[in-house]
Amino acid sequence: MATHAGGLTATTAAVRISGLHRSFTDDRPVLSGLDLTIEPGEFVALLGRSGSGKSTLLRALAGLDQDASGTGDIEVPEQVSVVFQDSRLLPWQRVLRNVVIGLNGPNAKARGREALAEVGLAGRERAWPRELSGGEQQRVALARSLVREPQLLLADEPFGALDALTRIKMHGLLRALYERHKPAVLLVTHDVDEAIVLADRVLVLDSGHVRTERRVDLDGPRDPSDPRFAEVRTELLAALGLAGGAEIKKEEEA
Amino acid sequence: MTAVETKPARGAPPPLKHDEAASGRASRPRGKRRLGPGKSIPLGYLIGPLLLLGVWIWGSAQGWIDPRILTAPWTVVETAWDLWESGRLGPDLLVSARRFALGLTFGVLAGLVLAIVSGLSRWGEAVVDGPVQIKRSIPNLALLPLLLLWFGIDERMKIITIALGVLIPIYIHTHNGLRSIDGRYAELAETLRLNHAAFLGRVVLPGALPGFFLGMRFAVTSSWLSLVVVEQVNATSGIGYMMLLAGTYGQTDIIIVGLVLYALLGLVSDTVVRIVQRRVLSWRRTLED
Repeated sequence: MATHAGGLTATTAAVRISGLHRSFTDDRPVLSGLDLTIEPGEFVALLGRSGSGKSTLLRALAGLDQDASGTGDIEVPEQVSVVFQDSRLLPWQRVLRNVVIGLNGPNAKARGREALAEVGLAGRERAWPRELSGGEQQRVALARSLVREPQLLLADEPFGALDALTRIKMHGLLRALYERHKPAVLLVTHDVDEAIVLADRVLVLDSGHVRTERRVDLDGPRDPSDPRFAEVRTELLAALGLAGGAEIKKEEEA
Repeated sequence: MTAVETKPARGAPPPLKHDEAASGRASRPRGKRRLGPGKSIPLGYLIGPLLLLGVWIWGSAQGWIDPRILTAPWTVVETAWDLWESGRLGPDLLVSARRFALGLTFGVLAGLVLAIVSGLSRWGEAVVDGPVQIKRSIPNLALLPLLLLWFGIDERMKIITIALGVLIPIYIHTHNGLRSIDGRYAELAETLRLNHAAFLGRVVLPGALPGFFLGMRFAVTSSWLSLVVVEQVNATSGIGYMMLLAGTYGQTDIIIVGLVLYALLGLVSDTVVRIVQRRVLSWRRTLED
């Protein structure tokens, strides 16, 4: 960041939010005075209990919150992609057309094929969405986001509807895609382990603002049985209000 | 089976329970009834009509059906052939088919335009929906005297009457299809920054196609129904006119020829719509398949 004459601030951050307030009804604000900066190419995970405002924040960044009222400054890059919890593929379009929807240019289809190959779905271009499994549908949704070369990828519990095994595979895929394309990522999740496995920085949202922030600097493949992993997890669970021994034990058994 | 049964370590009741469970499972019939309607029967839609035809043939052959009330099927075929040979059926059939096709085309176009206007904008809905709903509750037959006064007794009146009948089901079902597209797709379109044309062409219209086809099936039937009505009022040609004339002279066989023709044409056009629908909506697998 550099300050120019005249107080104009040239931002280099991917996302800059300051003093964000959002509410749906007058009585209780969902977000109150939230500040957040995400650097270009940074992978940030956002944890929080239900109703903590995680999705509201993500939707504010995606420009999908016309139904909410509030104030605050939001700066996001030009190219933003969103991955939803449901794959949100158009059932009446084949897979490739779903990926390249809205793209123009002669090489749109070639880029779409490339993106599908990257998520391991080469050869399924002509399939209908309903012929794919849940995990495959979500990979198509990832391809649809990536083909737009986003500077910011917003993901709203993208693996929440998948079974545990598929979810583990998808973690590896998302991390690999991130390493290759290096967009800034904001991943909203309620799964503490998922946040630690994937993100460089984990935020815990509580009563409308970022309550805890934890940098995850575990090198190499992140293994939940690593004691340093467990340490981060305990810390985050405490921030989520699950410091009581019982909950943590249960979490570890699972 | 035996591999599944584990030896209980202690306690007497478990073996009995196991047996019960096993026999309970075994007594289930192998071809267990599924909750869906089951596999589709090839050409199944023809079975009902063929059965009806069978009863007609059987009844006439046995002499249970008085030929003065309902002509025997073979007489109908004979009469149809005679009419065709003498060149009386062909022109009438052609005239009727033309009215049907024109009325259907204009009705579908008008219904589609109105449905899109009303389905895509609140103002359009405010202006269009009310009058269409009012028209829906007025039978075509009741409108006929007015239409006669306005448009005379020529082809124009007949085609407008048919189109007015066709318009309603196309409008209702397409409008419903447009309005019931999942709002989440609109959200997706926003994040993908689709422009208006792409949103319409890729999301809205394909999403409303199932509704449109449902409307189309009603529309085709309605088109034939209106045709019957307009051809029996002040017509000088067409199948309906042929039947009206036959009624005057008590020629039951010609009346039945007309009815059979209407039935066949209705069945054929419905089949065509179904086939097109199946092809266009191949992405959708429903209970129908």
